[in-house]
Amino acid sequence: MPEAKPDSRKGQENGFEPKIVAFFCNWCTYLAADLAGTSRMKYAPNMRVIRLMCSGRVDPQFVLEAFAEGADGVLIGGCHPGDCHYQEGNYKALRRVRMLKRLLKTMGIEEERFRLEWISASEADRLKVAVNDMVEKLRALGPLKLETPKEFFAEEVKAA
Amino acid sequence: MSEPAMEKQKPKVAFYWCASCGGCEEAVVDLAENILSVVAAVDIVFWPVALDFKRKDMEAYPDGAVLAGFVNGAIRTTEQEEMAHLMRRKCKVLVAFGACAQLGGIPGLANLWSRESIFQTVYHDSPSNANADGTLPKTFYRENGYCVSLPGFFDTVRALDQVVDVDYYVPGCPPTPKILHEALGTLLSGKLPPKGTVLAPDHALCEECPRKDTRPEKLTLTAFKRPSEVVIDQEKCLLAQGVVCLGPATRAGCEALCPRGNMPCTGCFGPPSRVHDFGAKALSSVASIIDSNDEQEIDRIAGTIPDLVGTFYRYSLPASPLRRKKAAPPAL
Amino acid sequence: MNGNGHNAARIGVYVCDCGTNIAGVIDVKALAAFAGTLPGVVVSREYKYMCSDPGQELLVQDVRDHQLNRIVVASCSPLLHEHTFRTATAKAGLNPYYFHMVNIREHDSWVHEDHPAATEKAKDLVRAAVRRVVFHKPLERKKVPIHPDVLVVGGGIAGIHTALTLANAGKHVYLVEREPTIGGHMAKFDKTFPTLDCAACILTPKMTAVKQHPNITLWTLSDVEKVEGYVGNFKVTVKRHPRYVLEDVCVGCLECIEACVYKQAKYPDEFNLGLGKRKPIYIPFPQAVPLIPVIDPDTCIEFKSGKCKKTCVEACGDRHGIDFKQKESTETIDVGTIVMSTGFQVFDARRLPYYGYGKFPNVYTSLEVERLINASGPTGGEVILRDGQKPKTVGILHCIGSRDENTNRWCSRVCCMYSLKLAHLIKEHTGAEIFNFYIDMRTPGKGFEEFYQRLLNEGVHFIRGKGAEISAWPLDPSEEGKLTIRVEDTLIGKIRRIPVDMVVLSVGLEPHADAGDVRRLFNISCSQEGWFLERHPKLAPVNTFTDGIFLAGCCQGPKDIPDSVAQAGAAAAESLALIDAKFVELEPNTAYIVEDACSGCKTCIPLCPYSAISFLEEKKRAEINEALCKGCGTCVAACPSGSIRQNLFEDEEIFEEIKGVLAHA
Repeated sequence: MPEAKPDSRKGQENGFEPKIVAFFCNWCTYLAADLAGTSRMKYAPNMRVIRLMCSGRVDPQFVLEAFAEGADGVLIGGCHPGDCHYQEGNYKALRRVRMLKRLLKTMGIEEERFRLEWISASEADRLKVAVNDMVEKLRALGPLKLETPKEFFAEEVKAA
Repeated sequence: MSEPAMEKQKPKVAFYWCASCGGCEEAVVDLAENILSVVAAVDIVFWPVALDFKRKDMEAYPDGAVLAGFVNGAIRTTEQEEMAHLMRRKCKVLVAFGACAQLGGIPGLANLWSRESIFQTVYHDSPSNANADGTLPKTFYRENGYCVSLPGFFDTVRALDQVVDVDYYVPGCPPTPKILHEALGTLLSGKLPPKGTVLAPDHALCEECPRKDTRPEKLTLTAFKRPSEVVIDQEKCLLAQGVVCLGPATRAGCEALCPRGNMPCTGCFGPPSRVHDFGAKALSSVASIIDSNDEQEIDRIAGTIPDLVGTFYRYSLPASPLRRKKAAPPAL
Repeated sequence: MNGNGHNAARIGVYVCDCGTNIAGVIDVKALAAFAGTLPGVVVSREYKYMCSDPGQELLVQDVRDHQLNRIVVASCSPLLHEHTFRTATAKAGLNPYYFHMVNIREHDSWVHEDHPAATEKAKDLVRAAVRRVVFHKPLERKKVPIHPDVLVVGGGIAGIHTALTLANAGKHVYLVEREPTIGGHMAKFDKTFPTLDCAACILTPKMTAVKQHPNITLWTLSDVEKVEGYVGNFKVTVKRHPRYVLEDVCVGCLECIEACVYKQAKYPDEFNLGLGKRKPIYIPFPQAVPLIPVIDPDTCIEFKSGKCKKTCVEACGDRHGIDFKQKESTETIDVGTIVMSTGFQVFDARRLPYYGYGKFPNVYTSLEVERLINASGPTGGEVILRDGQKPKTVGILHCIGSRDENTNRWCSRVCCMYSLKLAHLIKEHTGAEIFNFYIDMRTPGKGFEEFYQRLLNEGVHFIRGKGAEISAWPLDPSEEGKLTIRVEDTLIGKIRRIPVDMVVLSVGLEPHADAGDVRRLFNISCSQEGWFLERHPKLAPVNTFTDGIFLAGCCQGPKDIPDSVAQAGAAAAESLALIDAKFVELEPNTAYIVEDACSGCKTCIPLCPYSAISFLEEKKRAEINEALCKGCGTCVAACPSGSIRQNLFEDEEIFEEIKGVLAHA
C-alpha cells in the first residue's frame, strides 16, 4: 500500500490550517478552556469544542464521524485519572481510546491526529500547550483528505 | 385460457449477484419447500446463477416493470455498478440482499488495500504465480482486429446504497431462510414498511440467544480469547468466557445461529437502526468492559484482539464513516 | 429540519457583543448576518449585552412576535449564563431546554489574535449550535422531596456527635449500632492525646445525652440489612438482635449479673480484648449506654441446656426484665439522608509473625495496653506483665501494619501520637524505661509537637528505626528472660538489639473486614484501600457519590478524635442542608433506556459508578433509576445496540454539532 502523501495542492507553504474537533468534559477540560479565556492566554484558532458532561460520553462513533466529515484531528479532554467528576468515566474513555487509536492506525490515520489529554480545571496552560502542539503536528502531516470523491472512480476506470 | 392470464398477473422479481460468494443465492435455494410458494406467487425474470435470462432481457423491460429486485454482493467492478443501476431502473423496489449489499460485506475488507497493491500481490508476488511477463488485467485488449474487454476494477469496494438508491435491506451473511421468507412475505403483502427499513427485528441478538441468562450481571474481562484458543462451553455466554461475541451489537433475526453452533456472533446482520456505525459501537462496548484503569494493562488486554478492523468491521467497512484505509489519490 | 417531527424549527440567534470583549475581535455583524442565512433561523440579532435585562427582554419579545421555538445565544461560557438564558427562555413561554449556548468569548474572542480566524471559528460554532438545537427536546427538572428523618450508622464518637447535632436541630435521628453499647473505640481509651483528657469523662456525657434525647431513637445490637431508594427517600430495613433483657423494663440495677450462677467470671471479655473475663450475662463496661445487661446465648447455661436455676430471673423479681424467648425483630424506616460512621478496626498483629504477637505472652497491641492502663480495665489500671510483675523496660514499636508494603501502605495518622501517649502513661504507671521505635515522628495537630517535646524531656528513648523483629532467643546474658527487639538505628547507622520486658505494637487502623459488604449495601464506593470513598478529597470530604449519604469519622480514613468530630458536624450540616431545602432538583441530563429496544445484554450494568442501572430479571431488560443517574453518559456510549440515550446529549444532537463545526460554509 503506497504511503498516503499529504495533498500537494495545499501544502504547508500554502498555509494549510488543520481543523480540530475537540470533545471536552464539562467539569475539567471545559473549565480549563474557560480559564484560558479569562486569563487571556492566546492559542491557535483551529480547534472547535463540543461540550459533553464527561469524557466517558465520547462514543467512538463521534470520533469517526468527525474524521469522515473533514476533521484533520480529534482531541478528547477529560479529568485526570482518579479525579473524574463521575468517578470512572475517564477510565472508560481511556479504554475506548486505546483500542480506537490502534484501529485508526490500521485505517491509515496517523497517531498524532487522535489525541487524549487529561487536563484539570486549573490547567489552562496545559491546554494551550496541547492545542498548539497538536496544530503544529497536524500542519506537518497535512490534511487528512479521507474522502474518495466520486470523480476518483471515473479516473480509476480510465486508469484501469 | 385462465392459466396464461394468471401468469400475466404474477409480479416479477429479479435477482443479481455482484461481488459475492454465492451464499445469498444459496439462501434462496435454502428456502427448500417454501420455494414452491415463492415460485407460485412470483415470476422470476432474471437470476443469472439459476436461470438463463440475459442482461438484454432485463434491459428490454420498461422501467419499473419488475416489482422487486434483490441484489446481493458488494460493488467492486464497473460492470457491477452498471448492473446495479440497471436493476434500480427496472425494479420498483430494490432490495439490498445480504451483508455485502447492505454494508459491503467481507469483500469490503479489501478496502484496507488499493487496487495496485492487490494486483501486485495476485499477479506478481503470490508464490504460486508463473507470470514472468508481468501481465496485468486490462479493461481493453486489441489484437488481430479483435477486441476483448474486462470490467474496470475500482480501488474501493462499495455497498449497494453507495451506488444506487435502495428501498429495503435483508441482512445476513447470508440471510437466513426465515428472514428471507418473512421479507418476501412483507414485500408481497402490499403493506410496505418505511423506505430504508432493514427487514429484521430491531433489537440486538442477545434477545434471542439461548445463552443470555448465563451472562453475569457485571461482566468485565482481563483478556479476550479467540475461538481457537479456548474450549468453548456450550451453554455459557460466549463473552463471559472471554470470546469476543458481537451479539450485543448485532441486529437479531437469525435466532442466534452461530452461538447455537458454539461459535461467537461476528456481526453479519449489521447494527440495529439506532446505531450509526456498527464497528465503532461494537468497539466501544467491548473496550468499555476491559477490566483495568491502567493504560499499559488496558493496552495488553486490548492487544488480545489482534485484528481490530477484521473483528469489528468484518462485514461493514465500506459502510463505515471512514469507508476505507486512507488512500492516496490515484496517479492521474 | 423537523427535529421532533412536530413543528418546523423556528430559531432565534442572538450574538452578544459583550461590549468590546467579543465585538473587539469577532465581526459580530457578519456573524449575525451569517446566522440569519442558516436553515431554520427566523431571527438573527446582534446586541451589546445579552445577559442584561433589555437583552433578555429582546429575546422574550422575539419569541412572541416571531413564534420562535428555539433559541441560540452566542456569548460567554454556558457555565456563567446558561441558567440566565434558560430562565429567559422559560419566561418567554418556551421549555427552557429549547435553548443552546455558544461560547464565543472564553473560547474564542479572548484567546485568539487572528480576527478573521476567530470570526470563522464563531461561524462554525454558531452553525453547529443551530443544527443541534433543532433536535432539542422539552425537558423537566425532576423535583425530589427530602424526608426529614436521618439514619446514623455506627455509634462511636462520630456517630454520636452527628446524631446529637441533628437532634438538637430538631430532626429525628435513628442511631443504629451493632454492639450492645455505643461509644466505639473511644470508650476503650484511657486518656486522649495531647491533652491527656480522660476519654470516658468526655465521652460519657455525650453518650448519656444520646440516650436521653427525645429526637434520637437508639437501636443497639442492630444491623442494617437492606437499603432501598435514593436521596430523600431511603427505605432502610434494620435487624434488631435479641438482648434477652427487655430494654423498656430494665432499670439498670445489674442485680442479675451479681446473681448469675457463675460466681466467677469465666469467659473472655470482648470489651477488654480478651484480657479480662465476664459472665454469660454482662454489661460491656460500667458506663455502657444503654445500661442494660446482655445475655450471650453461646455461654449461658439456660440456652445451652435449658436447665439453669435462673437466679438472674429471680434477682430481677417482679420487673420480669429477662426474656429468654426474645426473638430478633425487623424494623423498616423511612429516612431522607444517611450518615455512615462505622469506624475502623485495628490491624491484626498476628499477620506479622516476626513480632511474636500471640506467641510471646508479653507482646501486646496498643489497644490492649489502653485497657491495662484504664482503671476500669481487667487489671484495675495496673500495667503488668502476664505473670503479674511490673515491667522495668518497655519497647513501643510504631507503624505496625502501617506504611508497610507487605500489609497496609498508608499512614494511620494517630499512632505516633498515641504511642507517645502510651509512653507517657506507662512510664507514669510503672516508672519503666521506655523505648519508642519510629520511622518518622508525625505530630501535625495542635499541641502535638509540644507533646512530643514533653516526652523527650521525660527521658523516653526514641530510636529512629522500625522494629524489625521480636525474639526470645537470648544471644547474651542481658537478653535472658526478655524479649529482644532487633532494629536498625538509622541515626547512628548500627543494628541494635534491645532487650525489654514488654513490647507494645502500635497497630494501625484499617477498614472493617466487612467494609466491602457494607458499602455495597448502601450503594457507596470504597477507595482502593477499602475506606469509604469521599466525593472529592478536598472539596467534598464528607459527601459520597451517592446523593444523600454522608461519611463521618474513621470509616472515611484514619483520623483522630478532633477530626472525627469535625467531620461528624460537617456530615450533620450536609444532611441539614438537604432537609431544610425540602426538595432537591435533578438536572435533566439523565440517561434513559429506549423502550423495548434493550436486548438485555447487560453490557451497561457494571459501568455505572452510581449503580443507577439495574437488571430487571423478570423483563430481562436494564432499567435506569432517574434519581440515581448523574448524567455522565458513559453507558450511552457503551451500549452496543444504541438502546440508551442521554437527555440533552443525544447522539443526533452531537452528530449535528460535529457536522456543523466542520461544514464548509
